[in-house]
Amino acid sequence: MSAHPPDGDLPSVVLSVAGLCKSYSHVVAVHEVSFDVHRREVVGLLGPNGAGKTTTINMILGVLSPTAGSVRIGGIDLARERARALAGANFSAVYAPLPGNLTVTENLRFFGLVYGIPRLGDRVGELLRQFDLERLRDTKCGLLSSGEQTRVALAKAVLNRPRLLLLDEPTASLDPAAAQTVRARIRGLAVEGGCGILWTSHNMYEVEEVCDRVLFLSRGRILLEGDPRRLPREHGAATLEELFIRLAREPLAEPLERAG
Amino acid sequence: MRIKPVAGILLRQFYLIRGSPVRSLPMFAWVAIDIVVWGFITRYLNSMAAGRFNYVPSLLGAVLMWDFFARIMQGVSTAFLEDVWSRNFLNLFATPLTISEYILGLVITSVATSMVGLAVMLVLAMAVFGLSFFSLGTLLVPFLLVLFAFGIALGILASALVLRLGPASEWLVWPLPALLSPFVGVFYPLATLPRWMQGVGHLLPPSYVFEGMRQALAGRPFSAAGLALGAALAALDILLAGYLFARVFRYAIRTGLLARYSAESAA
Repeated sequence: MSAHPPDGDLPSVVLSVAGLCKSYSHVVAVHEVSFDVHRREVVGLLGPNGAGKTTTINMILGVLSPTAGSVRIGGIDLARERARALAGANFSAVYAPLPGNLTVTENLRFFGLVYGIPRLGDRVGELLRQFDLERLRDTKCGLLSSGEQTRVALAKAVLNRPRLLLLDEPTASLDPAAAQTVRARIRGLAVEGGCGILWTSHNMYEVEEVCDRVLFLSRGRILLEGDPRRLPREHGAATLEELFIRLAREPLAEPLERAG
Repeated sequence: MRIKPVAGILLRQFYLIRGSPVRSLPMFAWVAIDIVVWGFITRYLNSMAAGRFNYVPSLLGAVLMWDFFARIMQGVSTAFLEDVWSRNFLNLFATPLTISEYILGLVITSVATSMVGLAVMLVLAMAVFGLSFFSLGTLLVPFLLVLFAFGIALGILASALVLRLGPASEWLVWPLPALLSPFVGVFYPLATLPRWMQGVGHLLPPSYVFEGMRQALAGRPFSAAGLALGAALAALDILLAGYLFARVFRYAIRTGLLARYSAESAA
């Protein structure tokens, strides 16, 4: 688990989610979810399909309003000061590709203006170098390979040097080599860039490699939380994947009794 | 309201138009064809009238102004639809961008693209078919402003409809200007219409523009109060359309429509 040393006046907690609920008529998608993400920390949000991970991320991004609860980004209440709160966050998700009819540079300049980035030209140049995109700068994003699109999406996701970075399955469509490179870059963003990262993935190997802490979500509730390298042993499982499968199949009423 | 996010919306549309003749051509091609067709029709009608009546200002001028209005409306809705077509809502609205900044960006885009169409129409109509707006004088400015304002309102309304009803509903919003045209008397006085259609026409700002234009061209006393009412209605329509868009946006955030917005989920 990473320590959270104070950096100047910046708050240590970059994301604070409290009592978050989302219901659609009679269906409860997310129920009483609460957690924090700290600076330099990578938190894995794990769970089976339909567990409520993307719903939770959408509520943190302000594109879905919660039925109850609150989201604070860098101490700023999202419901009260949406624009100011979102100025400190960014995201990347496989289901939200950047406009394919704009080139890499055009996309970065467009989103850079939307985020109000100062000295945008310099920042875009810096990101093109950092994410090895200079060769592709004038290529339309729709023509890029999955790996290249992921790199562009990550470059966009760090344009505003976010305090909070949300990554929904960032390596889902990548080959193992490309996925390893992306994981290293993201880990670097947390360690060197100082942001807090909330990461969803179905790849337990990468979760163990990257995440400082994981939250297991099932049927909209957090069942378990802890260090991904210690949790399996603590709950009688050989691997994180085995623990994941067991929790995904647990009846919701008694999630940890047998596991403990 | 911040300038940079508005500039971002504008820049995105500029990139799209710059990189695609398919987008730049319609800015002037269809309105130019309209002017050519109606230009020859008015020429033919003038030859039939044998100098008793000049159809150029009343018909060709009306076509020009109506096309300008339709271009403004379509300029707003097309800029919005670019985000629908590229499924960009999640990327866009997970940023600090506010609704008012977004709409202002769409409106400025529409102004820029419509001005190209207006310039082409004016050059063609004046140079080839002898249209002159000298008889309207400075009245041309408020006439165009009222049409401009109502075009903006209708464009925002169309965008709200597409956001609420899904991408497939774009086919409902394209014909909106054509749907309104019988009620606003583009080519004939409102008095020609049945009473119920006149009632609808009096609620629509373009009616006051076209009535006023005919009065001014015929040298009859011009109703400044009528045009002022048209301007007030257009301003009210912009406020109502903006309010409706904001409400639909809040609905889309509450129900998850925005997060799941695509042709499959929302249609």
